[in-house]
Parts: sequence; C-alpha cells; structure tokens
Amino acid sequence: MSNPTVISTTVALDAVSGRTDFAGPQGPRPQPFFTPKRVIIYSILFVACLYYLFPMYIMVMTSFKTMPEIRFGNIFAPPVEFTGEAWVKAWSSACTGLTCQGLSPGFWNSVKILIPSVLVSTAVAAVNGYALVNWKFKGSEIFFAVLIFGSFIPYQVFLYPLVMITRELKIFGTIWAVILVHTIFGMPILTLLFRNYFASLPVELFKAARVDGAGFWRIFLEVMLPMSLPIVVVALILQVTGIWNDFLFGAVFAGTPNLPMTVQLNNIVNSAQGTPEYNVNMAATMLTGLVPLIVYFLSGRLFVRGVAAGAVKG
Amino acid sequence: MTIAAAGDTATEGSRFWRSIRQLFTRNLAAKIAATPMIAIVLVVFIGCTLWTVWFSFTNSRLLPTGSFTGLDQYNRLFSTSRWNVSVRNLALYGAFSLVFTLTIGFLLAVLIDQKVRFEDAFRTIMLYPFALSFIVTGLVWQWIMNPTLGLQGTIRGMGWESFTFDWILNSDMVIFALLIAGLWQGTGFMMVLMLAGLRGIDEEIWKASRVDGIPTWQTYIFIVLPMMRGVLVTAVVIAGSGIVRLYDLVVALTNGGPGIASEVPAKYVYDYMFTAGNIGQALAASTMMLVTVMIIVIPWAILEFGGGEKKS
Repeated sequence: MSNPTVISTTVALDAVSGRTDFAGPQGPRPQPFFTPKRVIIYSILFVACLYYLFPMYIMVMTSFKTMPEIRFGNIFAPPVEFTGEAWVKAWSSACTGLTCQGLSPGFWNSVKILIPSVLVSTAVAAVNGYALVNWKFKGSEIFFAVLIFGSFIPYQVFLYPLVMITRELKIFGTIWAVILVHTIFGMPILTLLFRNYFASLPVELFKAARVDGAGFWRIFLEVMLPMSLPIVVVALILQVTGIWNDFLFGAVFAGTPNLPMTVQLNNIVNSAQGTPEYNVNMAATMLTGLVPLIVYFLSGRLFVRGVAAGAVKG
Repeated sequence: MTIAAAGDTATEGSRFWRSIRQLFTRNLAAKIAATPMIAIVLVVFIGCTLWTVWFSFTNSRLLPTGSFTGLDQYNRLFSTSRWNVSVRNLALYGAFSLVFTLTIGFLLAVLIDQKVRFEDAFRTIMLYPFALSFIVTGLVWQWIMNPTLGLQGTIRGMGWESFTFDWILNSDMVIFALLIAGLWQGTGFMMVLMLAGLRGIDEEIWKASRVDGIPTWQTYIFIVLPMMRGVLVTAVVIAGSGIVRLYDLVVALTNGGPGIASEVPAKYVYDYMFTAGNIGQALAASTMMLVTVMIIVIPWAILEFGGGEKKS
C-alpha cells in the first residue's frame, strides 16, 4: 500500500516477462504465455491498473512534499525533500473553518458514530433477513419489497422529516441521530444480503431444528448465526466503509461539535482561508481514507468472496 | 409442513376473522423481530415520503408551516435555471455512468476471468477505490485536475505547451470530470460483481458451447450474459441508486462550479433546505427526485416482484 508504483511495476513486469515454468502439477492447464491474446489481455489489465493506482500515487507523493516543491509544478515527481510535516499538520493543526485542531476531533467523532451504527444495523438486519426467509408471515414479502423499493428513494426525500423526528426525540445534533439514520438506511441492503444468504442455506437444517423443538431465537442463535460468519463479515465491511465514508448524514444530523471526519476533511480543503496547502490537503485526504483502506486490505479476500456470495443469488 | 407455507393457506370469506387473528398471533417472535423493518417501512419509507410530497405543495420557508399553494413551488422550480441545469447534469452523468460502469465492469471481469495470473493483485488494485469515500475521491481528483499545479500544469511544464485538461473549470466538460472520478471509484466493484456472476455460471455451459464450436466472445454475450440476469439486476440497482443520490462527489470535486455548471438535484435540495431556508422549494425538488426514481423503478419492480415466478 505504502508504495503503489512498486506494486504496479512488479505486477506489470511479472505479467509481461516470459513464463514457461509456472504450471505446477496441480495448477490449471499449461498454456503458452506469449500468445497475442494473452499479451492483449495483460496490457489492458495493466493500463486499467495504472488508472486505479494513479490517484493513490499522486496523493501519497504530494502529501510528503513541501509546498515550494509542489509549486514547482511536477505532480508526478516523488518528493526530493521527504517530510511528514503535512501529515502532522493535517492531524493536529489544520483549520476546518472555525477551529484549527486538524482532523483528530473528526476522527474520534467518526469512531464514536461508527461502532454503534455498525453493530446495531448489522444485528437488526441479520435477524430481519432470517425472519424473512424462515418465518415468512403474511405481508412479510410486501414489507421487504417496499424496503428494497425504498432504498432507491433519494435520501433527500427523507431528510427534513427525519430532522423533525430526531428533533422530537431530542437527539438531533448528537451522534445518536446519526446512528439512528445509519441504521435506517443500512437496513435495505443488509437485509437483502442476509436474506439471500439465509435462503441459500439448505432448508433441511431449519426444518430439523424445528422438529427438534427449537424456537425462533434459538434457531437463529444456534443454527443460523454460526453458519453466517462469511455474510456477517461482509455486512461489517460494507457498513464500516459505508458509515465511515458517509458525508450527508454526518453533515445534517451530527451537529457542529460532532461532525465526522469526512465533513471536517471537506471543510479543511474546500473552505480553508488563504493559500491552499496541497500537501496538507492530501495528507488529510489520506488520513480519512486510511481507515476504510486498512479494513479493505485486511479483509480483501473475504470481502470479494463475500460480495460474490451475497450478489450471485440476486 | 413448515410454518412458512402455512400462512398462505388461509383464505378469505368465512375464515376472514381467523386470518385477522392469525395476522397478529402466528409467528409472533418473527413479527417482533421484523418490527424494526415494519417501522422503518411505515414511518420512514412511506410516512416521510408522503410528508415530503404533501409539504412540497405549501409555501413553507424556514419552518414547514406554510399554507397550501398548489403547484406554485413546482412552477418556481422549473423556472429556476439552477434546477434545470441540475437535472440536465444528472441525466448526462447518469446515462454515461451507467453505461460505462456496466461495460467496463463486465469487460474487466471477462479479462480477469481468462485464467490470468495475479488475479488477486488485479482485483485488489481495481477494487480499492471503492473503499474510499466520495469526499476523498473528489478531493484527490480535484488536486489531479488542478489546472496550474496538477496534471495539466505538469505536462505543460514537460514541454507540451498546448496540453489542456481543465475540465473542472470548463462548464461544458465539468460533468466528465465528475464522471472520471466516479468511474474510478465505482467500476472495481462492478467488476467484482460481474466476476462473481461469471464464476457462478455452470462449467457445463462452457463445455457445451465449446463442443458446439461457439466462439468465446459469442458465448459470453449470448449465453453467459443472459444467464447473469440476477447479477446484472443487482449491478443496475446498485449503480442506479448511487447515481441519483450523487452529492458528496460534487461537493468535494467542484462544489457545483464553475458557476452552476455542475450542480445536481441532491445539492439543490440540500442548499435550499439548510442554507437558503426555503423548505417548500427544497421539498418540491426532492419530490421531483422521487418522481424520477419512481418512473425508473416501478417498471422494474413490476417485472421483478409482480411478474410471479415465471423467470429464473
């Protein structure tokens, strides 16, 4: 992660350099490596990777430069004078419009919003998905259809009524309002994920547990939940990245002292007074992106595998 | 006989009251477990929507207390050039974004599906932007597209004096600047979805088409693609709902500029609701967003949920 160019070049080199010895005994059918078709495939993939890696490279490089070096005007060049000052400033003293405490308060606000939101929304959706698959009741499919349908409705439609509701509940302007809103809008996609996953499990398991006399919660906790680790991980990953990256709800519901990191980042970059400090901006951007990136790189394989499990059933 | 199927056997007529009673007592635990969903559906997705539509017919300004004024807000809305620009932008962005994310996603998935080496590396690189927020995406691309110190300045500095890449300052091109950033963020996820779909296709299909001598690309387009209907629907659903709520990216990348050239409806709503203090106008705009989504989604919903079990 720290140096994307290295990754991209090694990938590229490995991809183009001749390979005659890679087909192990248990690998796929040996194929000649240098067929024109292969070369085209790898070149297209390589170019695509450049597009994806380019912004990351620019972001990292810029964040370690000094301002005079940036003003020199070569965005590609790696820093001559490697400095972490921009990162320190972005974290602790950059100005977000009103205060100059950097991004750290935003970071902690985001953490405070993230943990309860993720846990509550995932738990609620898991139970709901299970009820929808194994305990269909009259109208359950209709509610589910409306739920999925509702996930298409732009958030702007609900924004003002939700402001009024949270005001009535006396939580407007606190992190609890944000948590509530995240739980509401995480519901459709998470329920869909869990419903599809539970529907893919053999129904005999459920029937056997029923015959043995287990009830709703017992089957859920002792039969379904232990088997749903993959989808729980997917849900957690989706929610952690989704909630961390949220901007709109944080901006509307959190209230000024509780603004999450994304909102404060945008304030630092887009409403800062005076000459823009691009190195600080990029360091701040990196910092905000770091949490989801770490989640992603730690769970990369599971993420992909889980998304596959959730999506294929459609 | 499972409980799941039993609910369907209750019929109308003489058993009406029994089924009403059953509505509340049968599967009580399941109903309690589904309460959050039912509450969200009734209060938020139905209640809040109706509220918004209703108050869009009032002249509310700072507070939603205005009196009924019929279609006034809508007349004003469609005579506001900022709104019209927003709608046009969203339509352009949406069309391009949908076409490009789906095709690029599918093509990359097909390429990766050719038993390439380093599949994991490719996949990791293509998917990582999806983990980043639109704010981060917008700010990075804002810096890259910075005319003086970004890509344009750098390449001009290298000697190519006429190189021009000032899309974020160019009213005609700014929507494509948004598109570049949006595609960077989202195509990797589409690729993964499509790849999952491709991997879900039975190997026998491939064997059969090979036996029949059908070229690979034809197998992909005429056999595999139709079989991936489920995944494609998911992909369109995800891409589509993302497009309509396009907001953060615009705020971070251009903040609607230059002028009003990259305004989008979601931003119009937010600004009128929380900055300009014109609730009626904001609600009329959000109702229009709602109507647009309905026009797109209702036909799909009828096909998907109303059409019975005939498909897949």
